[in-house]
Amino acid sequence: MNKMNRLSKVYTALIMIFLFAPILILIVFSFNEAKSLSVFSGFSMKWYRELLRDSETLTSVRNTLVLAVSASAVSTIMGTAAAVGINKLRNKYMRAALDTATNIPMINPDIITGISMMLMFVFVGRLFGAATSLNFATMLIAHITFCLPYVILQVLPKLQQMDKSLPEAAMDLGCTPMRAFLKVEVPEIMPGIVTGLIMAFTMSLDDFVISYFTSGNGFQTLPIRIYNMTKKTVTPKMYALATIIFFVILALLLISNLSGNEDTRALKEKKRAQKKARKAKVS
Amino acid sequence: MKKNSSLKSSLLSKMVLAPYSVWAVLFILVPLVFVAYYAFTDNSFHFTTENITRFFTATSVNSEGAEVHTYLLIFARSLKLAVISTVICLLLGYPMAYIISKASSRTQSILLTLIMIPMWMNFLIRTYAWMTILQDTGILNGFLARLGIDPVHIIGTESAVVIGMVYDYIPYMIMPIYSIMAKMDNKLIEAARDLGCNNVGVLRRVIFPLSLPGVVSGITMVLIPSISTFYISQKLGNGKFYLIGDAIEGQYVANNLHFAAAIAFVLMVILLACMALMQRYADKKVTVM
Repeated sequence: MNKMNRLSKVYTALIMIFLFAPILILIVFSFNEAKSLSVFSGFSMKWYRELLRDSETLTSVRNTLVLAVSASAVSTIMGTAAAVGINKLRNKYMRAALDTATNIPMINPDIITGISMMLMFVFVGRLFGAATSLNFATMLIAHITFCLPYVILQVLPKLQQMDKSLPEAAMDLGCTPMRAFLKVEVPEIMPGIVTGLIMAFTMSLDDFVISYFTSGNGFQTLPIRIYNMTKKTVTPKMYALATIIFFVILALLLISNLSGNEDTRALKEKKRAQKKARKAKVS
Repeated sequence: MKKNSSLKSSLLSKMVLAPYSVWAVLFILVPLVFVAYYAFTDNSFHFTTENITRFFTATSVNSEGAEVHTYLLIFARSLKLAVISTVICLLLGYPMAYIISKASSRTQSILLTLIMIPMWMNFLIRTYAWMTILQDTGILNGFLARLGIDPVHIIGTESAVVIGMVYDYIPYMIMPIYSIMAKMDNKLIEAARDLGCNNVGVLRRVIFPLSLPGVVSGITMVLIPSISTFYISQKLGNGKFYLIGDAIEGQYVANNLHFAAAIAFVLMVILLACMALMQRYADKKVTVM
């Protein structure tokens, strides 16, 4: 059962070709000397050089990183605190209300989340008599809002799995609640916080639709820059950009996968040891 | 002492929850109220149902000269393309999820990484890649010409939009189905086999019913973004295939915020109703099991 039969292999290969052919084509044509999209006329790095000279794109990369770092930092801190609070919440109705609110940005289509926030910002802006009410701040608020549920949903299960007597023991031994939280609970739920942070960061980097509706004219993120680039006639500069993004993602995934494999290996060894112990007991 | 500390800790837990509660009300719930508020008011914020009525009754003349309901037609088209894409994603993704879940753990993690890589690339870039492939002078036709086959015209057709949607969203179908299948108890399958079930029977009576929660979440994860997309249809449909997302975006660009809100409001209500129905259906199936 462990070995894949031939049919499965062929099927897997076809799906992978479907998934990767478009990306490979972009990569190949990013090195094309001519502008053509169907004929490869010779190897050249000129589109990469042009990309590096495109100050608008470089600014948008910086903007994207600034936004993603701030949004993921704020949403991780607020989301972790929220998860701690939700976990301790006794009131059933409060809890149901908060769970629903947390689920809304995940269920709602991006376009509705984007439109709804834009409408509110425009309305409030008009109240204060501002001519343009969309700027970096509105975008940051929007990004924090759609990142928060991912952080909460990563941290909450870790809190529920944690042994409740651990912080109690710390407090019995003279820790203040704050100290018990920082010294006992935080290390226990750290894996959830880190995963939440990474998810928030990547969601923020990748978002186009919500940013599109909540950004002002002055602040352009990379996805919005790509959108504007693909609106007009496109130069293979776009392909060079896509190629760079692809390799950055590939590197990040390989790194995270390698460290992930170590975790599963440790887990497997632990399981094997447990099995052995159980067998020894039986005999 | 003990009472004091538990009082302190309950106060503390309320305090840590306060920022998020305020944030959720201000930036999750209030904006949705604003959608309804804008949808039911005119430009000077007086109550009106005109925006909603316009969605259901506005007519225009189509290319064949017939009078049609503009927005109802757009909505029907979005629904049709989204359902077709979701079905294709399910048909292609289900066997893939099954194959991955049956592979060795090393192969599993490699295949999952491979499926996640396109998912992590921005969907604008992925869609754009298909535009360069499907163009009349694009790679596909260049390839076909080399084989001596007549060029095909795909870009700007509904098929191109469906290809784009399937490509962009198929990982969202594979992942949830896989994660349910990976947790499935192999003993159930063995038991069914021992009791004389053939392969088709095992698939139909054991594997499929057990994987249903994954299928339901896969369907929602593909259907919702594909019904509300506006970039894919603009690029691959050449702007000819006006979908509900394009309609919202178009009204936003034209600064008709009240009508944009009305379309968003109708879409939101319909999606919520669909989801509630599907959730109920999925729950029932699971409890029957």
